[in-house]
Amino acid sequence: MKKNLFALLVVLMLGWAAYASFFVAPTENTMGVIQRIFYLHMPSAIVAFCAFLVTFVANLLYVFRRQQRWDWLAVSAAEVGLAYITVVLITGPIWAHPVWGIWWTWDARLTSTFVLWLLYISYLLLRTLIEDPHRRALASAVYGIFAFLDVPLVHMSIRWWRTQHPQPVLMGGPGTGLDSRMKIVLLYSFIALLSLMIFLVRQRYELEAMRGQADVLRREAEAA
Amino acid sequence: MALLQTTATLFNKELRTELRSRELITTTIVFIVLVVVLFSFTFDPTSTESRRFGPGLLWLAFLFAASLMLQPCFLREQLNDTLSAVRMASPDPFAIFLAKLAANTMFLLLTELLMLPVFAVLYNVPVWHVLPSLALVLFSGSLGICVAGTGVAAISAQARMRELLLPLLLLPLLSPVLIASTEATAALLAGQPVLRLDWVGFLAAFDLVFLTALWLFGEFLLEE
Amino acid sequence: MTSAGAPLGLRCSNLEKRFGNFMALRRLSFEIRPGEAVALAGHNGSGKTTFLRIAAGLSRPTSGSLHVGSEDIITTAVRMRIGFVAHQTMLYDELTAEENLLLFARLQGISASADRTAELLRETGLAERRCSLVRTFSRGMRQRLTIARALLHAPSLLLFDEPGTGLDAPGISWLAATLLRVRQAGCTILMSLHGQAELAAVATRAMRLEAGSLAADSLSGESIESVLRVKER
Repeated sequence: MKKNLFALLVVLMLGWAAYASFFVAPTENTMGVIQRIFYLHMPSAIVAFCAFLVTFVANLLYVFRRQQRWDWLAVSAAEVGLAYITVVLITGPIWAHPVWGIWWTWDARLTSTFVLWLLYISYLLLRTLIEDPHRRALASAVYGIFAFLDVPLVHMSIRWWRTQHPQPVLMGGPGTGLDSRMKIVLLYSFIALLSLMIFLVRQRYELEAMRGQADVLRREAEAA
Repeated sequence: MALLQTTATLFNKELRTELRSRELITTTIVFIVLVVVLFSFTFDPTSTESRRFGPGLLWLAFLFAASLMLQPCFLREQLNDTLSAVRMASPDPFAIFLAKLAANTMFLLLTELLMLPVFAVLYNVPVWHVLPSLALVLFSGSLGICVAGTGVAAISAQARMRELLLPLLLLPLLSPVLIASTEATAALLAGQPVLRLDWVGFLAAFDLVFLTALWLFGEFLLEE
Repeated sequence: MTSAGAPLGLRCSNLEKRFGNFMALRRLSFEIRPGEAVALAGHNGSGKTTFLRIAAGLSRPTSGSLHVGSEDIITTAVRMRIGFVAHQTMLYDELTAEENLLLFARLQGISASADRTAELLRETGLAERRCSLVRTFSRGMRQRLTIARALLHAPSLLLFDEPGTGLDAPGISWLAATLLRVRQAGCTILMSLHGQAELAAVATRAMRLEAGSLAADSLSGESIESVLRVKER
């Protein structure tokens, strides 16, 4: 019941965020309508990062506590985070093409997002190649920790390397700031997408937990 | 002190086994020569072109060679289960990693120093006048490759398809090292050679982060 | 060859180990007192190797506990007082017999490592081949060297997984004599066996594992011989 209510709430929030980004936020002067994809693009990137942070904390907890639930949480959050990063990588070029005239540029932010995507693809790939659940949990937890520690290093190196990156729109100097209505809509979409992430991670976690319990039952059936 | 002593004993063992078989160093050298020669077909290796592409090509060759070379460091120990014996006899499991790290870095640096004249001659890039600075860049970059690589080799050794898996896990982690080393090398090989201490400092930071991670989490990778 | 320090006992309660969905050990609970020499019998896959690897601190149990000596968990200090022989030789093929022993002697911090190595090479009858690479050794010679490696640091607890593997008749007699001497010096022994009556004669107690559970123990009155007799499947 509680879960269904939460699901309903998430759907309503997403609907409102979509409505707001199309009809409430004003049209941006230079970029035009296409700029509205921003309300999906930017919050998704932040939510993805939140999901990877959950994975990292769960990885640490698994290494020190050795409880399977932390492994379940880590893989759930990593998969959902990867889905969000994929959204970012798809909406980015859709936005870039009409504005910059090209689909892809090796700009700092794009490149680091791409490397982040690769890192977590590798994390999930590693998990499919180890049979024993404990060994898999432990080895992938350590790799997950390595990957997360790498994120700021990747970001910094690429930033130094490609300094011609356009100024961030949000934190830029005076005059480059967003219209207050834009900010509100951005906040709405962020909250909606974050709630969706929490919902998805929960669902995925339950699935993983059921898998674990099925294993236990199968074992008991064999023992009997 | 016990850590250093154990590391020295194990390092001695790594050197001895490698010098008897010379498998790693020879295959790595052949691989790098192949890449360097094959790459010359993809662009016109004149002096100006080489300065533009050379550093990147050199570091890509080192990176791929290292991902081949790091492979056996834990697989060799699985052959007769020697890792278990070493684990039982070592007062500190970190020594196992340190010894392998030292040996791998040494082998990689050795092949790099042997390859440098070949590269300089084939690509018409003078390296002699910047050799000390270049050695510093080579060392900090190679250490980064080997620190992350030794940890990842311990992870991939536990999985199926390990030979394929190691590069897939390692290369995204090493993208900051590739950028920093390439940039620093390019600055040294330019018309007006400069030692970019910011990039060298960045490499040192990378080395430190992953060395700490290996120290904290490496021992969990040795568990069965 | 004397034992360093007091012999170590071993106690496990409700010990379980599973690999994926396979239960390798089920609810093992028993105690081995310091100084006992226990022979462990059972079919292949009955859990002997898994148990020995957990006791050596190489592998973690899925649940339950195992104490070696007075320690709750198997610490590095305890681990270094165990002499372990596994299925595989645990020797470096690219090193000579002498180098292999010296390596482990140094790791374990044995003060007169060269003397100790020479002594063991003499005892195993490998002194003449000490400068040959282990790669060139026969299975029996490797097994002797493996046993020597396990005895290097005069351990207080021996965990031997089928130590007779690859040994010929004189080799088995040598091993039996060595084990007897170590036992008389007060060292605790736990070894898995496959037949080999000569080695079984060293044992003061026998246990049999079946499908990961303790099926028989000579402490409950059965004779050692009958416990060790593994039924044909």
